[in-house]
Amino acid sequence: MGPEYEATADQYQADDHDHHGAPSGIKRWLFSTNHKDIGTMYLVFSLLMFFVGGTMIMIVRAELFQPGLQFVDPAFFNQMTTMHGLVMVFGAIMPAFVGLANWMIPMMVGAPDMALPRMNNWSFWLLPVGFTFLVATLFMPGGAPAAGWTMYPPLVLQTGDAFPFLVFAVHILGASSIMGAINIIVTIMNMRAPKMTLLKMPLFVWTWFITAFLLLAAMPVFAGAVTMLLFDQYFGTHFFNAAGGGDPVMFQHIFWFFGHPEVYIMILPAFGIVSEIIPTFARKPLFGYNSMVYATASIAVLSFIVWAHHMFTVGMPLAAELFFMFSTMLIAVPTGVKVFNWIATMWRGSMTFETPMLFSLAFVFLFTIGGFSGLMLAITPVDFQYHDTYFVVAHFHYVLVPGSLFGIMAGVYYWLPKWTGHVVDEKLAKTHFWLSAIFVNITFFPQHFLGLAGMPRRIPDYSTQFADFNMMSSLGAFGFGLSQLLFVYIVYRTVKGGEKASSEVWDNPKGLEWTVPSPAPHHTFETAPELR
Amino acid sequence: MSKRKHLANFSLTTQLFALVVAMFGFGFALVPLYDVFCQLLGIGGKTAAQATAVVEAPDLSREIVVEFVTTVNEGAPWEFRAEVAEMRVHPGKLYQATFFARNLTGQPLVGQAVPSVAPGQVAKYFRKTECFCFEQQSFFANEGRDMPVVFILDPEIPRHIDRITLSYTFFAIENLAGTVTGNPPGI
Amino acid sequence: MTNSSGFRLVGKITTLLGLMIIAPSAFADMVLNLRRGVTDISQTVYELHMLILWVCVVIAIVVFGVMIVSIVLHRRSRGAEAASFSHSTKAELIWTIIPVIILVWMAVPAAKTLVVMEDLRDSEMTIKITGYQWRWHYSYLGTEVDFFSTLARSSNIARQLRSGVDPFSVENYLLDVDKPLVVPVDTKIRLLITSSDVIHSWWMPSFAVKKDAIPGFINEVWFKANETGTFRGQCAELCGRGHGFMPIVVDVLSQQDYAAWIDAKDRGETVAMVDSTADTTAEAPAAARELSGEELYNISCGACHQANGQGLPPAFPGLVDSAVVDGPVAEHIDIVMNGRVGTAMVGFSTQLSDAELAAIISYERNAWGLNSGDTVQASDIAAAR
Repeated sequence: MGPEYEATADQYQADDHDHHGAPSGIKRWLFSTNHKDIGTMYLVFSLLMFFVGGTMIMIVRAELFQPGLQFVDPAFFNQMTTMHGLVMVFGAIMPAFVGLANWMIPMMVGAPDMALPRMNNWSFWLLPVGFTFLVATLFMPGGAPAAGWTMYPPLVLQTGDAFPFLVFAVHILGASSIMGAINIIVTIMNMRAPKMTLLKMPLFVWTWFITAFLLLAAMPVFAGAVTMLLFDQYFGTHFFNAAGGGDPVMFQHIFWFFGHPEVYIMILPAFGIVSEIIPTFARKPLFGYNSMVYATASIAVLSFIVWAHHMFTVGMPLAAELFFMFSTMLIAVPTGVKVFNWIATMWRGSMTFETPMLFSLAFVFLFTIGGFSGLMLAITPVDFQYHDTYFVVAHFHYVLVPGSLFGIMAGVYYWLPKWTGHVVDEKLAKTHFWLSAIFVNITFFPQHFLGLAGMPRRIPDYSTQFADFNMMSSLGAFGFGLSQLLFVYIVYRTVKGGEKASSEVWDNPKGLEWTVPSPAPHHTFETAPELR
Repeated sequence: MSKRKHLANFSLTTQLFALVVAMFGFGFALVPLYDVFCQLLGIGGKTAAQATAVVEAPDLSREIVVEFVTTVNEGAPWEFRAEVAEMRVHPGKLYQATFFARNLTGQPLVGQAVPSVAPGQVAKYFRKTECFCFEQQSFFANEGRDMPVVFILDPEIPRHIDRITLSYTFFAIENLAGTVTGNPPGI
Repeated sequence: MTNSSGFRLVGKITTLLGLMIIAPSAFADMVLNLRRGVTDISQTVYELHMLILWVCVVIAIVVFGVMIVSIVLHRRSRGAEAASFSHSTKAELIWTIIPVIILVWMAVPAAKTLVVMEDLRDSEMTIKITGYQWRWHYSYLGTEVDFFSTLARSSNIARQLRSGVDPFSVENYLLDVDKPLVVPVDTKIRLLITSSDVIHSWWMPSFAVKKDAIPGFINEVWFKANETGTFRGQCAELCGRGHGFMPIVVDVLSQQDYAAWIDAKDRGETVAMVDSTADTTAEAPAAARELSGEELYNISCGACHQANGQGLPPAFPGLVDSAVVDGPVAEHIDIVMNGRVGTAMVGFSTQLSDAELAAIISYERNAWGLNSGDTVQASDIAAAR
């Protein structure tokens, strides 16, 4: 039973009947409760953060261009890697997905807006507040946090004045994403159009539904962990201090209990996006819709019992090492099911290769490479060699850049005509795609070799034997970073003007969002659409 | 939006917030849970923090080497060493090992020794009836003294174990040291 | 980019591409890959790695092959008509069950290897390794031998920010130490690993050993080297500013050579054969002379207190406005030698010589406009020991 959601919503057919349009000026944005405006703000904010985090990593890659220290002090280098991780995870990837959810989920389930519009406003505006705290740490005595985005004690307790701001920022960002998640769950549970049963929902909605539960389960645990850090630092507790009967390794356990679901929080919505796009451009329904839903759910459940594979080297008992190895390997099964289903969707289709499809195909291809290295990392005895090397860096960047980020880009190119009413310049967009796809591989593929050859991660300077691949990786990173300026230009141009987009935009795409005009009016589905 | 829908949204939101609060609590519940797991699986090789009552029942057929190692945390000004590097012991028999610590400064200091046993899973078979690690140790300026540990290996200790390390790390307890000396810390 | 490194890059890529085309199996032995190492375990780990790699490659060829065929054939521009099938329970079952079988097949040898790795029985000697910010300390249990192992001087000078020294001119740049860990060949050696401050990780790729050093806790791991030689690794857990600068070097000696070495060390002699390799073989131009107080300060103290003496407050206080540096010499010497309780300031008495300590303290008291005029002599340090 596939999702047969061909709507007969015809209330938009004639003209934009928008009876109360958007308020104008700054107030429109500051006090907005409109899911589309808030979605736009999320997306713009995440793009901004993407460039902030990107600038930081350009500094890192510039320093790593050659052996020897040319530009920055190692302490500042560590601040840059740490902040790059925090900004990209909490500022770029997660808010971008929330932005897409805000824009698309109400339209996909036939709801007039998010269920909790005022909370929606609040959860967005917490983000700039949180990031102001985080970025302000760069200018504090002792500098920004430099203990890695994983914030392991006791090292993180050596952070200067920035420390309480780091904890506070994490709390705020956590609160923001928890509220966002609650809003998404309530919208999906309570706001669906009649006859939009759960198993008729588009996969993007499904993957976000499951992601939202992951957020609710994982973010509070993370908030608890950093609270304990704060208490250890200022209130004399000994959660993670051996001198008082605590254990620094316990922080790692708690952190990764959050951290591993977090990994899936950053990839499941991308799975959803790709599952929307491939059927459209293969002109064939998604293969194995139900198994896609079950695979997503089982990945989510498994993600709570694999955390310790991030910390095989801390010295665990044999039984624990075996358990976490087996459970981690198991995740390859539902992940494989998803990849096979995407390929089966393409099989005997009638494919065309517009930019969203190109990004989706690159996603399937390159995410799978990240999956393979993930499988290799799961094998505990070999992980002892890979752990904390550039092999790991290559692995998680393959799943996060051509994975999550390409998923987001695919989604943006797919829905941008719907948002703006203008067709994207395909020539420019394809140039952006090819530049991104080529540079991402030049950046991250050599990092596999660096890791295997023995280069640890998070080092500001390296032995001369690692020089060639680092130079290659840096060149790739500069190229990738510059290519993204083209993306900004393309989005700007599409917003400003261009060929008018039809309401379907693409060739007979499925889904309620394509039944409303382009650009989508300020208010959609104020009366629920009728599904067949 | 209809009133009914409002109500439904409100009740679901409340439930989800309750879940969030519960998960926040669960994060803290992981702390005692972790200790339970540590004891079951021997993570970290933590030994009991209090004296345990034991009955001697020597198993003379087995001999296990117990090594003693010491570490001073953060390069603090202590001399800290074991009097002997290792002992050969029979499970089920009480032994005493002596450690020596000296305060290398001209000010009183307080320290806490933290035990850790390798391999971790034998920690639960390593019983101590007396240990300087059970409480904080105060030292006068330049004072040095011997500190005993009385221990026994549970005869149930797994067969394949032939060597155990008992490690102590000496941590300076800074806030107490500050109050004892009356000297304001900080350069 | 210097010309030479540019050529190196181009050359490397050409070689790479060439090799991958001409001899695909050859790349298994290049620096591209994990090393086989010199212990039975490391070789098993290497074989496991290659097994998983090839399994992944085969799966990738099949999966990507189907995908590429589909992209080539099933495109509208070739006039392909879309089929309408959308599920097949049989297919779903096949691609669930086959991966499970492959995974089980891979898990078995992995589990076996893990069991061997965790078997510490019958070890013949024990060495305790303690991680410090940012150096390693080795202690041979049952002997009087223990020492710090610090980044070799030549590397340490070259790695300073804008040092002007070309890293390519330094032998084993960042992978060399003043005193390597010395062990005998064909001996099962048990390592006890802990830390004195933050978490570090002792990694020796050639032995497939990586274990975290955790303050307050002791970890154990073992290895048995089958070959003599010098092997190099690095700290693998972010441990602060100097994380990239605390390498690990192990000299595996024949059992006779080792016996001679440990004997001499136990008597307190320096053993030229091993101890001085780092400083005599890696004669970078700048390292050939005595270091000044300023250079020593930058190497040993600058990480925290900064070259300009401003420190990184509040964790690492500045020295410029410090009551200690401006106060009585005796207290200054005491803190540098013994550290300060409850802070990150460690004692350097065991790590630096009398002359070096004296040079650093003299420098601190006269740098950054302090100009106290005090000069501390090596004899002052000796007296304070």
